[in-house]
Amino acid sequence: MNFPVKITEQSLIVRTARVGEIAAKYADAVDAEGRFPSEAVDAMKAERLLGIQVPRHLGGEGASTTEVAELCSLLGQACAASAMIFAMHHIKLSSLVEHGTESEWHAGFMRRVAAEQLLIASATTEGGIGGNLRNSICAIEVSGDSCRLEKDATVISYGSHADAILVTSRSHPDATPSDQVLTAFLKDQYTLERTHIWNTLGMRGTCSDGFLFKGQAPAVQILPKPFAEIAAQSMLASSHLLWSGVWYGIAVDAVSRAQAFVRAAARKSPGVAPPGALRLAEVSNLLQMVKSNVVAGLKAYEGAKADPDRLSSMGFAVAMNNVKIASSETILEIVNHAMLICGIVGYKNGTPFSLGRHLRDAHSAQLMISNDRILGNTSSMLLVHKQDTSLLG
Amino acid sequence: MNKTIRELLAKFGKLPVSIDQVADDADLYAAGLTSFASVQLMLGIEEAFDIEFPDNLLNRKSFASISAIEKTVDIIKDNRKVA
Repeated sequence: MNFPVKITEQSLIVRTARVGEIAAKYADAVDAEGRFPSEAVDAMKAERLLGIQVPRHLGGEGASTTEVAELCSLLGQACAASAMIFAMHHIKLSSLVEHGTESEWHAGFMRRVAAEQLLIASATTEGGIGGNLRNSICAIEVSGDSCRLEKDATVISYGSHADAILVTSRSHPDATPSDQVLTAFLKDQYTLERTHIWNTLGMRGTCSDGFLFKGQAPAVQILPKPFAEIAAQSMLASSHLLWSGVWYGIAVDAVSRAQAFVRAAARKSPGVAPPGALRLAEVSNLLQMVKSNVVAGLKAYEGAKADPDRLSSMGFAVAMNNVKIASSETILEIVNHAMLICGIVGYKNGTPFSLGRHLRDAHSAQLMISNDRILGNTSSMLLVHKQDTSLLG
Repeated sequence: MNKTIRELLAKFGKLPVSIDQVADDADLYAAGLTSFASVQLMLGIEEAFDIEFPDNLLNRKSFASISAIEKTVDIIKDNRKVA
């Protein structure tokens, strides 16, 4: 599909705001029908937002993780499913940008992502690994110049709508489960046979169905770096930060609705503080905490980026895990608080203050890489890692 | 030191292969060392050599192979002499 080339001089924020308008318009329908937000994703392509992270010399705009996180939060205010698809696409793209520029095939692929606005999905989870993406059962088989892979992928978010899928597997049939590689497959190089339907409480528009993946491609499409390094140095941080950006966006919209409710009540009876006014002050405090936490995480990531040792250090992993835990837990409190403020019109669907979709979407945050698993990892690291006690460091 | 590290790896590393089959410069993560096992290994090393790993050495590189671990332990011991 070819999209008209737009002048990209306009700021990313302005272009994303236009996508947000479209995403917001269809958010309730996407949620109710559990369908792919094609209007919003088409708008992302038309505004040429899918290639912004690609370096300029490969036809992109060299956007930083911080900039992408800001856009995730903007979209999160409109439609969490669209925002999450945007975030997940950019998490995959960041792996390519950070680890693929020296490989000729992957550089060419990034050029295509920017030029043709290809949507990238990923297949990391697999039946039988218990949700640990650093373990694979399936193995890639290389023979001559080509490679073959079959994977029982329990979840591939927006799998049937993607133009390419990055798939983890063991690096060869005799490799241990943690000795993994990441391979890019283009749409015409794989088949997907649907095995599970994504029928969930929230995030319904991500269409994260399960598939039996069968792919065959030139072996040069295997990323030359071990997946362990990709996971530690870019995926861990970019997932936690971009997801948190989306979740912050959900919380912002919930608080905006609550504030609109309180203001409307205040206008109706001037001189009397509406009952929800105090709670609004409380929830504004929580929202600021989430924001500060995500911003501090983004700063830490941009600061560590040039140093692979720091990126794969325990201190950094602990910090990123903490960002994810805090934002995913606090947004639930925020949406719940907003619901108390709006009362029954927040509980009810189809009002300007409805918060049901926000609450259901927000519940995914603690489960996307289960917080219990993350806390388990952090607690094990804290057996040797000393807590960073400086305020600014 | 090599022998002690190998003993600790055998005890805590939970590698799917026998420790005798792991070369000094072999990638331990590719050999199956998980992050949890690596933490247990670090604790064992701290105890055995009476050292504490500073945070700047708590990264994948320091524990990538048996020789990398030896080098890391040496660095910590040298730093202690200076201090």
